[in-house]
Amino acid sequence: MDVALFLGALALSAGWNTALVTVGAALLGAAAGAAGAFLFLRRRALAADAAAHATLPGVALAFIAMVWMGGDGRWLPGLMLGSAASAALGLWAVEAIPRRTRLGEDAAIGGVLASFFGFGVVLLTVIQAMPGGRQAGLDGFLLGATAGMLQAEALTIASMGAALALATFALRRPMTLASFDPGYAAAVGVNVRAVDLAILALALAVTVTGLKVVGLILIVALLIIPPAAARFWTERVDLTALGAALIGAVSAWIGAALSAAIPGAPTGALVVLSAAALFTVSMLMAPKRGALAEALARRRLSRRVHRRQGLLALARGEAIHDRDSLRALRGEGLIGRDGAPTMAGRAAAAAALRDEARWALARADAPGAPGMEGLRPIAEAFTPDEIAAFDARLGALRLAP
Amino acid sequence: MIGGMSHAEFVALGLPPLVAALLGALACALPGNFLLLRRQALIGDAISHVALPGIVLAFLLTGTISTWPMMLGAGVAALAAAAMIEAVRRLGRLEPGAAMGVVFTTLFAVGVVALELSSASSVHIDVEHALYGNLESVVWFEAEGWGSLLDPEALAAAPAQIWRMAGALALMALCARLFWKELALSAFDAGFAASVGARPRLAGAALTAATAVAAVAAFEAVGSVIVIAMFICPPAAARLMTDRLDAQVAWSLVFAVASAFFGWLLAGWGPGWLGYQGSVSAAGMIATVAGLIMFAACAVGPKRRGVAHP
Repeated sequence: MDVALFLGALALSAGWNTALVTVGAALLGAAAGAAGAFLFLRRRALAADAAAHATLPGVALAFIAMVWMGGDGRWLPGLMLGSAASAALGLWAVEAIPRRTRLGEDAAIGGVLASFFGFGVVLLTVIQAMPGGRQAGLDGFLLGATAGMLQAEALTIASMGAALALATFALRRPMTLASFDPGYAAAVGVNVRAVDLAILALALAVTVTGLKVVGLILIVALLIIPPAAARFWTERVDLTALGAALIGAVSAWIGAALSAAIPGAPTGALVVLSAAALFTVSMLMAPKRGALAEALARRRLSRRVHRRQGLLALARGEAIHDRDSLRALRGEGLIGRDGAPTMAGRAAAAAALRDEARWALARADAPGAPGMEGLRPIAEAFTPDEIAAFDARLGALRLAP
Repeated sequence: MIGGMSHAEFVALGLPPLVAALLGALACALPGNFLLLRRQALIGDAISHVALPGIVLAFLLTGTISTWPMMLGAGVAALAAAAMIEAVRRLGRLEPGAAMGVVFTTLFAVGVVALELSSASSVHIDVEHALYGNLESVVWFEAEGWGSLLDPEALAAAPAQIWRMAGALALMALCARLFWKELALSAFDAGFAASVGARPRLAGAALTAATAVAAVAAFEAVGSVIVIAMFICPPAAARLMTDRLDAQVAWSLVFAVASAFFGWLLAGWGPGWLGYQGSVSAAGMIATVAGLIMFAACAVGPKRRGVAHP
């Protein structure tokens, strides 16, 4: 790989055409991430995969039609139109089959995907045999091929990507409502069926736009991976969509730059690998929902539980056998090497005993209420006056000798 | 003369792709019935995506594309994929569909990049072949005519893909015969199956393993497009023809044979009938015919109405 070229492409300084392609790819990535976030929420991502594979016959037929009419055949808007038509047909079939027959959605998706794609493959071989139809780079629509992209094509893709990202932004409120709580959405007047169709239409448009950049086989990855990655960073739907757009854009940017530096490697694969890398980083490192953060939080909780149990055991004069409790107490200097409590330990044990008794009173007062497990200091849950009231009822507590 | 070829030519060039397609279709359609009933129809899609990096890996390690390293590579890839999906589901708390989507597309992309960077395309693998196989290259050089079918020496030199798929089909048939009750029970009522000790989870795992074997055996000759089509379309069409499991399996095999035969026929001879030269992709045509059969069943199948089995 030509590292200098990669870095140059990354910084948009490897030539006007490369820069345009990279920016166009990034805009597509943003649109894909944003639209994909709603697909992801509605669990329709695999239906989008079927639609993507169903674009192939449309592309081929559009090519044949354009050549037959005397044109070049590779005019991108024409090919996009053809792809949209066959993909729409495929989507209709994916919706109609489970509705009208006793087949499930998975069978519909797989059947449409394989048969439409197969028919597309047949048409590709027809094109191969056409005079002057040397498949003309239609192969690039499978896995994406930004090398040799015309300026007009890059502009088309960039403007469509921008338009779709804006459209997703404009429709975000009804789409969020309908994705999250269709019942409520219907009750406040949102046409849920129309919103569903809008989400699918956006996904379709993103697919069609992304054909030349990422290819139809892998476009679904750009619709799924960025939202899945963004999900680790936030609980909110609008932020998930925003994060997905950002991650999609960055992945496509890096992928396009890599593609400029590694001739021969399909752009789509490089974009997907970039997205996968960002996904892995998010999965491991995101605060709160990332694996690392969750592991740390689990350890903190475990420590707190063991500490409390250890202190209570001390207060009641019971022997402590649990290694984790011993470790927690020793770590804070509450017991010595021999297991006997230190002064600080006796104080802490007394405090723990009192707190536990207070919590017991609180639990008895409000049976079944949440948050009364006693894992946090009681001062966090009750006011000093309330605590004083508990203490009055408890009287004097004694540590075991 | 058959279809413009002499008999000897036909047996050498025309027959092997047909036989390969038939065997592949049957080997995939058979387990596909149970996958369909268990709502796991997309496992075939998944395995096809994942087989590519496995095969590339096998090629990179051994430098050849012979049978056993390929099967092993694909098997390792499938296991790795399953482990990755589980990891993503646990660590990421994603729902299964999303986890699968993430893992499969990533692994496929890894396979594609590995292919290109290692210039494995200098040998016979490339992404196109992974997708639509290489039926046209299944030739039986040692055949001299119909008599070769009875000649043990010539048969022994028949294309390896055919023997591989015949083996896979035999294995599928054997498993279906032996585990029919367990598979049927686990597909329809897993709870009841567990309560009578029919071990639905074991049956499920065995089914997945069988699916993988069929897919990998067929992959190199017919590509992932046919594999997915055959796992789903004939069984789906069959499901809309009858309520009974044994009848469904029978119908699915009939549809699989029909798809393979008519697909092969139309691909090789269709253009000629329309006045054009050459042939079109056999794999694509087979998948198309399978799809048409499924759509026809959706339109007019006697048992098409109803709700999907939950």
